[in-house]
Amino acid sequence: MDFTIDEDLALIVKTIKDFVDNEVDPLGQAIDEQDRIPQEIIDTAKDMGLFGLSIPEEYGGTGLSMLGKCLIFEQLGRTANGFTTFIGAHNGIGTVGIVELGNEEQKKKYLPDLAAGNRFGAFALTEPEAGSDASNLRTVAFRKGDKYIINGTKHFITNATEASVFTVMAATDKSKGAKGITSFIVEKDFPGFSIGTVERKMGLRGSHTAEVILEDCEVPAENVLGQEGQGYVNALKILANGRAGLAARNLGSMQKLLELSSQYAQQRIQFGKPIASFQAIQHYLAEMEADIQATRALTYRVAWMVDQGMKIIKDAATVKYFASEAYCRVADKALQIFGGMGYIKDFPIERYYRDARITRIYEGTSEIQKNIIAAQLLKEYELAQ
Amino acid sequence: MNIVVCIKQTFDTEAKIVLDGSGKIDSNGVNLIINPYDEFAIEEGIKLKEKFGGEVTVVSMGSSRAAEALRTALAMGADKAVLVSDPALDGADEWAAAEVLATAVSSLSYDVVLAGRIAIDDGSSQVAVRLAEKLNIPSVSSVLKLDIDGSNATATREIDGGTEVIALTLPAVFTAQKGLNEPRYPSVAGIMKAKKKELKTLSLADLGLSGSEIAAKMKVEKFSLPAARQAGRKLDGDAAQAARELARLLREEAKVL
Repeated sequence: MDFTIDEDLALIVKTIKDFVDNEVDPLGQAIDEQDRIPQEIIDTAKDMGLFGLSIPEEYGGTGLSMLGKCLIFEQLGRTANGFTTFIGAHNGIGTVGIVELGNEEQKKKYLPDLAAGNRFGAFALTEPEAGSDASNLRTVAFRKGDKYIINGTKHFITNATEASVFTVMAATDKSKGAKGITSFIVEKDFPGFSIGTVERKMGLRGSHTAEVILEDCEVPAENVLGQEGQGYVNALKILANGRAGLAARNLGSMQKLLELSSQYAQQRIQFGKPIASFQAIQHYLAEMEADIQATRALTYRVAWMVDQGMKIIKDAATVKYFASEAYCRVADKALQIFGGMGYIKDFPIERYYRDARITRIYEGTSEIQKNIIAAQLLKEYELAQ
Repeated sequence: MNIVVCIKQTFDTEAKIVLDGSGKIDSNGVNLIINPYDEFAIEEGIKLKEKFGGEVTVVSMGSSRAAEALRTALAMGADKAVLVSDPALDGADEWAAAEVLATAVSSLSYDVVLAGRIAIDDGSSQVAVRLAEKLNIPSVSSVLKLDIDGSNATATREIDGGTEVIALTLPAVFTAQKGLNEPRYPSVAGIMKAKKKELKTLSLADLGLSGSEIAAKMKVEKFSLPAARQAGRKLDGDAAQAARELARLLREEAKVL
């Protein structure tokens, strides 16, 4: 078993860490308070190629392995999670669908602009009545000549306000349930497309989550992504493969919290001594480290499995579940170590605490991940008849 | 236009300097970076190439670890790299470094030679200027702005209390001051392409030099760490008393008044 990271990836990691620590993180508080990522940061991220991580070289991206992407996402996690989410969602669910399922014309048309960051991608599956139960879609599409007409409302769509290319799931045959769902590439300029309410969130500020309204939205038939009726299966695959990436983002935030906590504990004096000299605080730090090491090992392994083309349903759910719960535990302990200072906005701890909480909910709640894990387990250990 | 950029790998600005058992600076476990002023030089070289075409070759002298610094420069957009590495260069002084670099650079084609104005480790600011002398071409140091038009260059350099504009003809050596530009971060694609670019490692023998020919003229006798800074002092009493005491201390102890 080889745990070394090759030279190229090591330099990529170092470069992204420098960028995040020196350019982005000093603005972390501003990103959170203004709910906006400064344009100059987005421009630097574009120049660095951070929007083309999933897109193959021939379409202008860098086509990194899942492990490579996870190493980058980990570094991107070292600051305001709104920034992390903006770039992460674009590289994950925002572009992977077109990369994996798109035909040559679709790839040529959309991927170069998405890779360059001239356009941003988003993924529109969730609806008010269909979150975890994604097969219960109300959005419908029917064919009319050389077009499809889509009607429905998507909500909680990450990056919706910035994106111009959406991977949208709609039912083309309601009678077939999950097997009647098709994915479409929908541009924001298509007739009948609009953005509805922009949500005011507890965390992840800077990344915007909004409603997508499709009202007799006209989509050219050539924008069907993959096979008709395969949309749900494809969506599940895109989501599953992305779960290591989510874990990697959490991992970077956890690492940053541990660094901040370890330093603060040595500076904060109580009873004449740094609080780091108290065993209760030391134990918190040790528990944080254990959660981080476990998350790192699991994340890299699942990323590696994705790269090997292995079946990862159970493992992807496990890493999503573990990394999200671990992030919340680590954020909670960091806040405990910082005490009152952690609760006020002069330190970033309360921001991470708010940002962390969504990870147990979005892209499949912890409970849903456990359902997936258990269902797979019971299949594996099914009793002989 | 062909551009040569001389770079040095130095300790990270946040590195803690410790002396080893024999009183030398211990580089074990220290994070190494490209000398920050050399990053300005690399950026300027790449910008000139983007504007006028040609090639950027980065040259460094150092241990095999300096290859990392050259790779980073290649990832930023330089085209080729040369590393001069030889055990005989251990303890090389500024004169020796300039001799070696001049030999390496003279085998390359160059219109512009760039370097940082100072290395943040030994802070001598000598090598690039010595290099220009050895190559017998003009040099301008502490450059804040560089304009090139054909074989003419106009360099704005920092001087005490202002700036100076110097016109000269190429080839020439320029040393970069902070403010010349904002060095770019290497892109992910740039890093992946860097591995395929040429990085030549040369020994002194490859350059036709022998260790005795470039034996250092300067010998370092001793390294010592700066004395630890003393804690501040708090003056008691009311404002008038404290001010009087402060004035006395500044005059009699610190002798700054």
